[in-house]
Amino acid sequence: MFRIRGRLALRHTWAFWRRSIQARVVVTTVLLSIVAVGVVGWFLMQRTRAGLLDHRVGLVTTEAASEVQDARNRLSAASGIDVDASGQRRDLVEPIIQRGQTRGFDVVLAGPVSEGGGRIADGGAEFSPSLDVTSVPESLESHFSSPGASTAWTYTQIRSQSGGQPASAVPGVVVGSQVELPADGQTYTLYFLFPLQEEQDTLHLVIRAMAAAAILLVVLVAGVAWLVARQVVSPIRMARQVAERLAAGQLTERLRVTGEDDLARLALSFNQMATALQGQIRQLEDLSRVQRRFTSDVSHELRTPLTTVRMAGDVLHDARDTFDPATARAAELLQGELDRFERLLGDLLEISRFDAGVAVLETDDVNLVDVAYRVAESSQPLAEKRNVELAVHVPDHPCVAEADVRRVERVVRNLVANAIDHAGESDRIDVYVGGDEHSAAIAVRDHGVGLAPGEAAMVFNRFWRADPARARTTGGTGLGLSISLEDTHLHGGWLQAWGRPGEGAQFRLTLPRRAGAPLRRSPIPLVPRDAPHDIVRQIRPADASPNPGPPHDGTGPSGEER
Amino acid sequence: MSPYAEPVEIPRLARRPYTRAVTSESLSAQGRVLVVDDDASLAEMLSIVLRQEGFDTATVHRGDQALEAFHRHRPDVVLLDLMLPGIDGIEVCRQIRRESGVPIVMLTAKGDTIDVVTGLESGADDYVVKPFKPKELIARIRARVRRFDAQVDEPLTIGDLTIDVAGHKVTRAGTPINLTPLEFDLLVCLARKPHQVFSREVLLEQVWGYRHAADTRLVNVHVQRLRSKVEHDPENPEIVVTVRGVGYKAGTP
Repeated sequence: MFRIRGRLALRHTWAFWRRSIQARVVVTTVLLSIVAVGVVGWFLMQRTRAGLLDHRVGLVTTEAASEVQDARNRLSAASGIDVDASGQRRDLVEPIIQRGQTRGFDVVLAGPVSEGGGRIADGGAEFSPSLDVTSVPESLESHFSSPGASTAWTYTQIRSQSGGQPASAVPGVVVGSQVELPADGQTYTLYFLFPLQEEQDTLHLVIRAMAAAAILLVVLVAGVAWLVARQVVSPIRMARQVAERLAAGQLTERLRVTGEDDLARLALSFNQMATALQGQIRQLEDLSRVQRRFTSDVSHELRTPLTTVRMAGDVLHDARDTFDPATARAAELLQGELDRFERLLGDLLEISRFDAGVAVLETDDVNLVDVAYRVAESSQPLAEKRNVELAVHVPDHPCVAEADVRRVERVVRNLVANAIDHAGESDRIDVYVGGDEHSAAIAVRDHGVGLAPGEAAMVFNRFWRADPARARTTGGTGLGLSISLEDTHLHGGWLQAWGRPGEGAQFRLTLPRRAGAPLRRSPIPLVPRDAPHDIVRQIRPADASPNPGPPHDGTGPSGEER
Repeated sequence: MSPYAEPVEIPRLARRPYTRAVTSESLSAQGRVLVVDDDASLAEMLSIVLRQEGFDTATVHRGDQALEAFHRHRPDVVLLDLMLPGIDGIEVCRQIRRESGVPIVMLTAKGDTIDVVTGLESGADDYVVKPFKPKELIARIRARVRRFDAQVDEPLTIGDLTIDVAGHKVTRAGTPINLTPLEFDLLVCLARKPHQVFSREVLLEQVWGYRHAADTRLVNVHVQRLRSKVEHDPENPEIVVTVRGVGYKAGTP
């Protein structure tokens, strides 16, 4: 549960990262500046520390040297007078310890120096009170393990003690130097321990200041990056929005051009492109409007004379018994062709209505089971004439869709008429009805000539014929399937065709349960169950996949495959 | 002997009865049709066909002459083209409807919803879309002229209305309500079987005389018109009640 939420958050972050240039610019800039500031800070720190210590060490060694010199002077001045070595030792070290207490350093006098002896830990060393003598590192001690060693210094931790317990430790410098005590002629080592507390405090102060400066700098850089990215990104975002609106058909949308920079020039070019596109689209729209208008006008203008001709034809047809055979036949032909002319004109008008976008839906809850039965009943005479059997297969529940019953019936009627038209002699046409809570569908299956590969997408084209040489037997106008497709689109549904040469064809109409709701799948498979086995196996996996995306109904090649 | 040899009961508004000269010619005729169409050929052709079917005809080619011709000829049915010079068919329809309930059948070159609905709302009873089959037109006209057969003469009630079928009168608490013959027929049809729900298709068959499925908008528009005349509140109908997904039925009294 938590992991899933974490993964979800990660995906959101990743999506945001991929989608926002601004976020990417700011984050990369901040990361890079953190690295840069870190490197510079580290370098500065090292320099400051080295500078501070070098300076202090210089001072300390000078002071130690002067103390040693002072001690030597005192010793040489006192030589020979006092022969008590321990007294002389105390005389030597006491003033230095006192001076050290006022000037802030500790002193250790160790010795005498001898092979394998004279170490501080062995005892007998004189040192400042409250100093932990282990503060003198052994490495320095071993340097002074023999007489005649030169002055040396090293860093150490100066530990103090109170009541035998170690109390605190501060960093410090320890300088060692050897003096010869005239009283016993032995060499003793003087250690001066100078604390570096002050330098450490200074260094901490510098580090704090630098850290604060670094944080401020990074924040500042982030802010600058954000601002700069915003300046660049916001015109791009605006361009995107305008482009989207243009794509949605708001052709008058333009970008605001301010200044003369690169972005302004981009906006200018964008606007020029939009204007050019607008011009082209307008021109095309005008052309197609003129054409549509013409189709519509012609169809309308033809109607009145056609009505007159039609009536005249009827009068002649009714009176054909009184004509000689040739004239009577002419009257019959006239009648038949007038029927065809009328159907064609009706279909043309219907198409022009779709093209003009004036077709409107009058939706109601329609049970496709009823539609299938009604269409089958009304198509029965035509089927009988062609000696074709019509079978309706319905589920035991109603298959309801919100639809315009007039249009849906027309679609199904067209599909059935088309099937009858293409069915073989003594063929059977199956009408399947199916439905679920999201959609309802009707499929019309025939076992006629079928469709060649690629034809499934073309059958919906206006005036398209599978075989131009083949005669139309039922007098279809060639617009029926185009009108059906337009009707289906009006409902937001699918109209798809499947066919194989010699195996017949199946047309499937799928309507969403609610008009305009998106369709995901159809309750009836497009490829009929009785299709040749290899084809079914070949198609099934794709058909069973949960979300193959909306297929191109009728217009795309995938209409054939689904 | 034609089944329509008897002069047909002419639909009229109770308020404005008009008499027809019963001549020997009109005895044999099924009725008089006024053709209002600007296309001379079509008007003449219509006359020929209608005469063949035994109707009397009169033609007029301009919209602004239609009303005057209507007064002169007193037709039983008006065939009205929608596109007319002078004033258009919709306006002619309104003019005629203002003074008579005579059946009006529109001839329209457009099957678009809006034109048909406008025509029906302006008072037309029915419409045929050009190009129509002559037989279809004759069937429409006959259906309008023949009328609903008055089989029973007992007064019917629907809601708080009383219908005198023989006298073609609808009254509410003694006050007569003016209905066109078509609206009257629609109301009678519903009132005769108060418990039956009528689908639009059934009403089209029984009231308009369509044998095949036709445009159910006819029913919708006329139910609206009827409601606007008989309902107390047309928004909440109590006399002609919609049964969603099925059709209409008479409201309970």
